[in-house]
Amino acid sequence: MSAEQTTLAFDWSCRIMADNGCGFPAPGLHSFLFQPLFTVGGYEFNKVMLLALVTSVLVVAFFWVAFGKAKVVPGKVQMIGEAGYDFVRRGIVYETIGKREGEKYVPLMVSIFFFVWIMNIWSVIPLAQFPVSSIIAYPIVLALIVYVIWVSLTFKRHGFVGGWKNITGYDKQLGPVLPLVVVIEFFSNLLVRPFTHAVRLFANMFAGHLMLVMFTVASWYLLNSYMIPAAGVSFAMTMAMIVFELFVQAVQAYVFVLLACSYIQGALSESH
Amino acid sequence: MIANLVQLAAEEEQSPLVPPGPELLVGTIAFAIVFFFLAKKLLPNINRVLEERREAIEGGMEKAEAAKIEAESVLEQYKAQLAEARHEAARLRQEATEQGTAIIQEMKAEGQRQREEIIAAGHAQIEADRKAAAAALRQDVGQLATALAGKLVGESLEDHARQSRTIDRFLDDLEEKAEAAR
Repeated sequence: MSAEQTTLAFDWSCRIMADNGCGFPAPGLHSFLFQPLFTVGGYEFNKVMLLALVTSVLVVAFFWVAFGKAKVVPGKVQMIGEAGYDFVRRGIVYETIGKREGEKYVPLMVSIFFFVWIMNIWSVIPLAQFPVSSIIAYPIVLALIVYVIWVSLTFKRHGFVGGWKNITGYDKQLGPVLPLVVVIEFFSNLLVRPFTHAVRLFANMFAGHLMLVMFTVASWYLLNSYMIPAAGVSFAMTMAMIVFELFVQAVQAYVFVLLACSYIQGALSESH
Repeated sequence: MIANLVQLAAEEEQSPLVPPGPELLVGTIAFAIVFFFLAKKLLPNINRVLEERREAIEGGMEKAEAAKIEAESVLEQYKAQLAEARHEAARLRQEATEQGTAIIQEMKAEGQRQREEIIAAGHAQIEADRKAAAAALRQDVGQLATALAGKLVGESLEDHARQSRTIDRFLDDLEEKAEAAR
């Protein structure tokens, strides 16, 4: 398999029962690699990076239109923006952290939510057709920001010893199982948590993209001779997956922010 | 060249969980852009407007509340005035009735008094007339008696006793008549 082939989504000439003898161009890890659009000082700039930056521009542009000249009597765009803003603020932040402590984290959470959501949505937008968050680097950036915030907050709120107690779930009442609990909680909270936080989003988008590519490619691959009905089935599945992915994209953005809030809430709460 | 690329691709394919450095940088920049604009300008903007709206709504409600209270007080005042007016009217009617009754009573008493006066005056007049008549009659009777006596004396004395009886009878009759007339 040459480098050119690995970067193509699939080979147009590959059809079932075609006489060129090529098999089903199944999607795989190569579906997540892109030819660089251009290189800057030896570093490659690819489609995913472009989509990430377009995401920023879109989110900022939308909120600029919605809130740039916000009015007491809102227009249509402002109303939509307010609904989204209110969803994150009341629906997630106030619900988990509470209004008094949570207000400070609302801008961060609103930013994360819409950034992640739009990054996910690229998955089903024609021509883009790639969820930016299926590249692990992007979820990791966000998970790290949240991680740094909640860890520093823990020590700021509870002091050095209290912070460690908070993170390790130290509780004298546990008696003999205390060491076990402390070790497990230490690994679970401090080491595994940021990883799972990022991977949960990444893996969902990664798998979703694989499914979409698989059915899309299959729809084309099967479109020959008496397999045309099967191509129809595959195409129907593609449509169904698009709808399902739209749902998953929103849910994953929601879950990512919800977890971020719950980590911060845990850091603020009294040691459990 | 191609071999290098293949090797690179193969290495990257081995673990999609290892983040490439440039993408981390781009991701950070992309998120920083979003966070900067939202946190510095756009969300404070909307927060201010939401606060203004909340105040406007609360202000409107307060105004409505004030208007309601004023309307209620005006209604109370109006009702009080109406009740006062009704009371006043009732009082005036009562007064008029009382005055009318008093006037009627007075008039009745006056009429009664005048009637009694008139009756009393009539009685007095009649009594005086009767007395005058009686006096006059007595005088006439005396003269008639004298005249009669003169005639009787002058005619005959044999019938003196009879004549005396006649005179007595005559006078008795007169007396009786006067008594009856009284």
